[in-house]
Amino acid sequence: MKRNAIAFWGFALLFLAAILLSAQFVANEYWFFAGYVILQFIVLSVAWSILGGYAGYVNFGTSAFFGVGVYTAVFLVSAIGAPLALQIAVAAIVGAVMGFAVGLLTLRMQGIFFSIATIAVTIVVETTVTNWRSLGGAAGIQIQRPPVTAPFHSYVQMLVFVQALLVVLSVAISRYIQNSWIGRGLQALRDDELAAECTGVPTLRLKMTACVISGALMCAAGAPGAMYLQYADPASAFNLNYSVSVLAMALIGGTAHWIGPVIGAILLGVTQQLLTVTISSEVNVLVLGVMLVLFVVGAPEGIIGLFRKGRRSEGKA
Amino acid sequence: MTAGDTTLAPLLRIGALTKRFGGFTALDNVSVDIRPGERFGLIGPNGSGKTTLINCISGAFRTDPATVVFNGEDITRLPPHVRTRRGIARSFQIPRPFRSMTVIENLMVAADFTSATHLRLTAEAHRDQAMAILREMGLAAKAEARVTGLSQVELRKMELARAMATRPKLLISDEAMAGLSGSEVDEVLDLLLKLAGESITIIMIEHIMQAVMRFSERIMCLDAGRIIAIGQPSEVMANARVQEAYLGT
Repeated sequence: MKRNAIAFWGFALLFLAAILLSAQFVANEYWFFAGYVILQFIVLSVAWSILGGYAGYVNFGTSAFFGVGVYTAVFLVSAIGAPLALQIAVAAIVGAVMGFAVGLLTLRMQGIFFSIATIAVTIVVETTVTNWRSLGGAAGIQIQRPPVTAPFHSYVQMLVFVQALLVVLSVAISRYIQNSWIGRGLQALRDDELAAECTGVPTLRLKMTACVISGALMCAAGAPGAMYLQYADPASAFNLNYSVSVLAMALIGGTAHWIGPVIGAILLGVTQQLLTVTISSEVNVLVLGVMLVLFVVGAPEGIIGLFRKGRRSEGKA
Repeated sequence: MTAGDTTLAPLLRIGALTKRFGGFTALDNVSVDIRPGERFGLIGPNGSGKTTLINCISGAFRTDPATVVFNGEDITRLPPHVRTRRGIARSFQIPRPFRSMTVIENLMVAADFTSATHLRLTAEAHRDQAMAILREMGLAAKAEARVTGLSQVELRKMELARAMATRPKLLISDEAMAGLSGSEVDEVLDLLLKLAGESITIIMIEHIMQAVMRFSERIMCLDAGRIIAIGQPSEVMANARVQEAYLGT
């Protein structure tokens, strides 16, 4: 256990150091633009997996949380010129509150009913923002980046580092949950909610906790997106593609272990970037769909499911 | 007889409990006291309301105030997990194990969420407790096995073990012997008798007559949501209405 923790944090530090160093040695800005998107997807799918994976509540509302994160940042910048750290912190709080509210409204529903309710939430939130004049409404809103500080050469490089910090944070939280009694409770209620209740698991409270944490992380992941694009509009901030991509990443990676959504996000994120550059940004949606179907049929427990199966059969031999 | 002392306050009091589903009355004005340490048999034909009664006691169904009083406390407003912590545990008619876990992990869930000190006790301490219960249930060899690989009788025992891991005062066994062979029925029955010997109050729902007769100090027979007989096993069996409704003569 202890050795695992040292390895984990050592790797996390190495990862952050590598991102920092890359800002000194990599000249081509494209890598940072692409890297940012992939890191953002890692945070989103790890956050999604806390509710969708551990608890088994399939949430189609990722884009609602992500978009609210973006617009929280937009609002803070245009209203008081808030710095990036404040934008992210406030977005996380807003996300937690929103997770609590959505959870309260929807978590008593099970299975497909919960999923449908989360889609409805996305539409409600998007419609609200679309009609919010001071946030630009349907036409969108432009914002200015402040000047960047050393050691970064560009604002996007800094955003990549910030998103990398969020990756470490979200993975650490997800890993903690998985190894703690919260994780065991979520796993129990995913297997059988009534049996979990009758074994002493406070299912509603645990689901709410998962929804709050998941929502906070999703909103936090969205917040730097405003500065990344210097522009926000409801149709792209609340694009249902985020919900679908994130769900696909988590499921393809596998949701039984925290590393699953990380692997899935890297694999699909890189694939999407390659396809966007080489063919077109529309094709990647198609590829996503095909991969999801292949995995659901061939490896329902995702990539880590494949690994575990391999290890288990080795152990028996 | 030490168990089921009539002078003690009841552990569980069902008071004028009526449960309706739309126009259908599943339980009609059911009142019964279960005494501490009692071995209580609950019988009745299919659809007579046995499992509904269990669901009302364990909290899966909500009921009117004061209809379910446990240990002197009205528990009708408490959700199931709080009732479990108060000391009510159950097994399910159709086993509901946590399928993604091993046998011992199933028990660890109970240990994690029912011990008041669950944050302080180490995982090893929980594991030792769970192992002790598995040993008592004769499941120690299967501790690390996946529940999906268990036989029917092992699954039944696992459910009882998981219920025991919540350290209950009252254990409700909902047809734990259904679908088992003759020798397996005896195994589970011996287990339940052993648990009763550890001063746990047990309500046993069962269709296997010889098991209910051997186990129970008192039997209650339900038919169409009403109590048609309650008392000593021999009395209940001799009751004409029981024979008509349940034994189908």
